[in-house]
Amino acid sequence: MKRIVIVGASAAGLTAAETLRRRGWDGRLTLIGEESRPPYDRPPLSKQILTGAWGPERATLRSLPDLARLRADLRLGQRAVALDVPGRRVRLGGGESIGFDALVIATGVAPRRLPDSDLAGVHVLRSLDDAIALRAALRAGPRVVVVGAGFLGTEVAAAARAMGLDVTVAEPEPVPVRRPFGDRIGALVAALHRDHGTRLRCGVPVRRLRGAGGRVTGVEFGDGTTLPADIVVLALGARPATVWLEGSGLRLGDGVGCDANCQAAPGIYAAGDVASWPNAHFGTRMRLEHRMNATEQAMAAAGNLLGDVTPFAPVPYFWTDQYDTRIQAYGIFPPDAEMRIVHGDPSDSHFAAAYGHHGRVVGVLGWNAPRQVRTLRRLVVDRAPWTTFAAIPALSPATVN
Amino acid sequence: MKVIVDQNKCVASGQCVLSAPEVFDQRAEDGIVVLRAETPPEGLADDVRQAVALCPAQAIWVEEQEDEQ
Repeated sequence: MKRIVIVGASAAGLTAAETLRRRGWDGRLTLIGEESRPPYDRPPLSKQILTGAWGPERATLRSLPDLARLRADLRLGQRAVALDVPGRRVRLGGGESIGFDALVIATGVAPRRLPDSDLAGVHVLRSLDDAIALRAALRAGPRVVVVGAGFLGTEVAAAARAMGLDVTVAEPEPVPVRRPFGDRIGALVAALHRDHGTRLRCGVPVRRLRGAGGRVTGVEFGDGTTLPADIVVLALGARPATVWLEGSGLRLGDGVGCDANCQAAPGIYAAGDVASWPNAHFGTRMRLEHRMNATEQAMAAAGNLLGDVTPFAPVPYFWTDQYDTRIQAYGIFPPDAEMRIVHGDPSDSHFAAAYGHHGRVVGVLGWNAPRQVRTLRRLVVDRAPWTTFAAIPALSPATVN
Repeated sequence: MKVIVDQNKCVASGQCVLSAPEVFDQRAEDGIVVLRAETPPEGLADDVRQAVALCPAQAIWVEEQEDEQ
């Protein structure tokens, strides 16, 4: 093996490169990134970067000397457009073709849009450039409508509201963040937003954007009503960035389909938001758009590329910060799981909840309870029986601390 | 090895405590990182490097001593 190519230079691609070097790979290493910026971190984009608490440079992941220490052929501002699996080559947008002996795919996801998304005043938030553009638009004091109340939409709404703006979040589900956390936590997130003066329009889908003179003027709902807006932020989720892999022969369903070792084909691995793989810990195939997973999966994929044979079976971790509230979660949260408050009380804005599925604890969630949720994580790691909580209705703070 | 943490970047994930509980702790009130050992013994160096690599907020650094480089 002479040359390893990594496509995608965000958290997962960078971590794969660093892991390969740390693990002793001394051969050629090429890191290809579509954006011209050096690798940066995404969680602050919808938080500190948007509110202006941080300047954009603070999201940078590595200093230039640290990047140089990777001894990688860093191809920033270059887009991979095709993969030739049998020929072991990646073709770039400029026409260049780069050969590899092993490949890591870490191209992430691209935001979903609506028809008429090209109207002025319509934003998505995925890249640092997106965040800088949205920040500039928010500083003009617009009326803001955020379409989609997942983590990104609710974080953007909280940031815009913190800037004192008039903010409405539109969501077809009856409550925010319902898909990850269910109705009960969703209702608490709804109350959190209302308490901070953010309006919610839940339970009605958005039919289309309305515009005049090339500029967005509002959002039209499925029930025929409209809401005026100067800025519309689309937070509709994202699709795996796999267009460049079509026709490659790799299995593309929900992202790049990998085996338990993050391998998509011999010598070809995937990591981060773009990768789907069977997680043996939970006995289910998953694809995670979590910051922590980008790091962990890239470390695992790089290790397996170098000869480990280690199934990637993590307990996922993710978090969201909204206003002064931090929600942290370990594990998975199936829609048909049971949930119990196992520490504290939601009315005190400090509690932890456990989720049970098929008789096991599969997820734990902390609401302003970071130490408690970290301790409770052990129950997910151990696949503790759900009856743990049936016998003890609520753990006392002393027990979980 | 000298360990440096940035409490302003920390997002209270607790990954560092899971990796190296002898070196890191979390504040009771908000979970922000607290350094228990600024210059941990060599035997903990791999755990600390794991904490650096896993921190989702890039809030931990190490300065390696000269004899380790």
